[in-house]
Amino acid sequence: MVERSVFKRAAPHAFLIVAIVVIVFPIWVVFVASTRTLPEILRAPMPVLPGSHFLENYRRAILEGSANLGASALTMLKNSLIMALGIAVGKIVVSLLASFSIVFFDFRLRKFCFWTIFITLMLPVEVRIMPTYKVVADLGMLDSYWGLILPMIVSATAVFLFRQFFMSVPREIAEASQIDGASPMQFFGRILVPMTRTPIAAMFVIQFIYGWNQYLWPLLITTKQSYYTLLIGINRMLAVGDAQAEWQIIMATTLIAMVPPVLVVILMQKQFVSGMTDTEK
Amino acid sequence: MTKQYEFSSKGLPYILVLPQMVIVAVFFFWPALQAIYQSLYVQDAFGLSLIFVGFENYVKLFKDPSYIDSLVRSFVFSGLVAFSAMIIALFLAVQANRKIRGATFYKTMLVWPYAVATLVAGVLWLFLFNPNVGIIAYFLKHSLGIEWNHLLKAGQAFLLVTIAASWKQISYNFVFFLAGLQNVPLNLVEAAAIDGASPMRRFWAIIFPLLSPTTFYLLVMNLVYAFFETFPIIHQVTWGGPGQATSILVYKVYKDGVINLDLGGSAAQSVILMLIVVGLTVLQFRFVERKVNY
Repeated sequence: MVERSVFKRAAPHAFLIVAIVVIVFPIWVVFVASTRTLPEILRAPMPVLPGSHFLENYRRAILEGSANLGASALTMLKNSLIMALGIAVGKIVVSLLASFSIVFFDFRLRKFCFWTIFITLMLPVEVRIMPTYKVVADLGMLDSYWGLILPMIVSATAVFLFRQFFMSVPREIAEASQIDGASPMQFFGRILVPMTRTPIAAMFVIQFIYGWNQYLWPLLITTKQSYYTLLIGINRMLAVGDAQAEWQIIMATTLIAMVPPVLVVILMQKQFVSGMTDTEK
Repeated sequence: MTKQYEFSSKGLPYILVLPQMVIVAVFFFWPALQAIYQSLYVQDAFGLSLIFVGFENYVKLFKDPSYIDSLVRSFVFSGLVAFSAMIIALFLAVQANRKIRGATFYKTMLVWPYAVATLVAGVLWLFLFNPNVGIIAYFLKHSLGIEWNHLLKAGQAFLLVTIAASWKQISYNFVFFLAGLQNVPLNLVEAAAIDGASPMRRFWAIIFPLLSPTTFYLLVMNLVYAFFETFPIIHQVTWGGPGQATSILVYKVYKDGVINLDLGGSAAQSVILMLIVVGLTVLQFRFVERKVNY
């Protein structure tokens, strides 16, 4: 019986450790590759311990990028950040305003607006690739930050979350602010938004990651190196045809692309988990 | 319900929803209508004018073996990804939900891969299985005698994108299953334990049924993910190949539209994809209807 209970107590640890190893292993290999020279990587099997070229590889990745790319990770990091922050902040601002309108005002097109936003759930970018590209091209927004951000800043999920939260806010507060002579916008800016900071933080985490990890859209509308995001850069660095991919630089860039969203999740894990599971409703 | 206090203003609510409405109209509805419109036309040989052809583009698609093939592949792929990512995540969530030492550490370690971009997941596995430099490919060849080359072998390519896509989705499912498990009332489980139900029986008879809303929600989300959001993995790892082996619907729309410039055909494919999303969304909201009250 004793052995059985020891086994029983150890089993969950064993399973979880195996799972973590499986999850971490690919990332470890990428890290090792980013500290080695190209010949070391190509001489299969690749070593499993880090080498001594960390600084050299990351310096080249950050300042120059691989030979065929023509964009440095620094530029791409900047573009990814602008896109991710633009999308996250844009979605939150636009959704807050729309939810405020839908919950706190009585107007004729209220239901229509709500359902219009709801329907966007059914129109992910993947299903309207060509025509959306054409609209953005016609508006002259190819190769621009506006083009990367604007078409993305609709979020039915954020509207649902904020709407749900707003509906739980006691109306007496709104009424009292009116009696005290505050305008609806003052109520919104000074009372409602500060009250909403927890859902806002949760949405920020989720939408920042969403924005950072966008791939298909930037792939379509960015052709100039100066607008490449990190993910597009990684894809282009690998598209070398018959030439040899510079794995050490690509792997360094891959790690650089992983760090910001992973940090956001780890540092804001609580908000992240609540943001994800609250939108289920 | 009594009438809630509301601000009285004629113009302000419209101004507030305007930004959202403009973006929805310009970047969502207009393109979607364009897709429907274009799917009814073909371009003439010089690309100068459009000729109305009714449903011919759709008929052509469903007569095209490569489209049917891609449709079937998408369903098989999505089913496999959803199933494996969910079952692994559920198992891990059950383990992490026990009162064990280091539970917080385990949870963090299992949650953060959510932040890894789908493209990066593709690159990670591509590197491990690269026929020339990949560690796993090397191991398979020298220890097990399996010649790994997903650029030539269809089955291997399909397996590789399935692994990468599932790997990426485990964290997402883990978060939801864990939250679901934490909501299972402990007294029910304890009562069953006192009545002598074995752990397996407690899980299948009590916990799993209580988790069914989470499971159903995740099933829909995983299907949507596998159907639409795995594009970066396909695009990076296999380019839909070899041949058509990993060309799922989303990749095919992209290829036929952006690369082959077949506007009518690509638009018809977009419309079919839209119908699939609509179906999945309706399925999901029918199920949680009680919770939506607008």
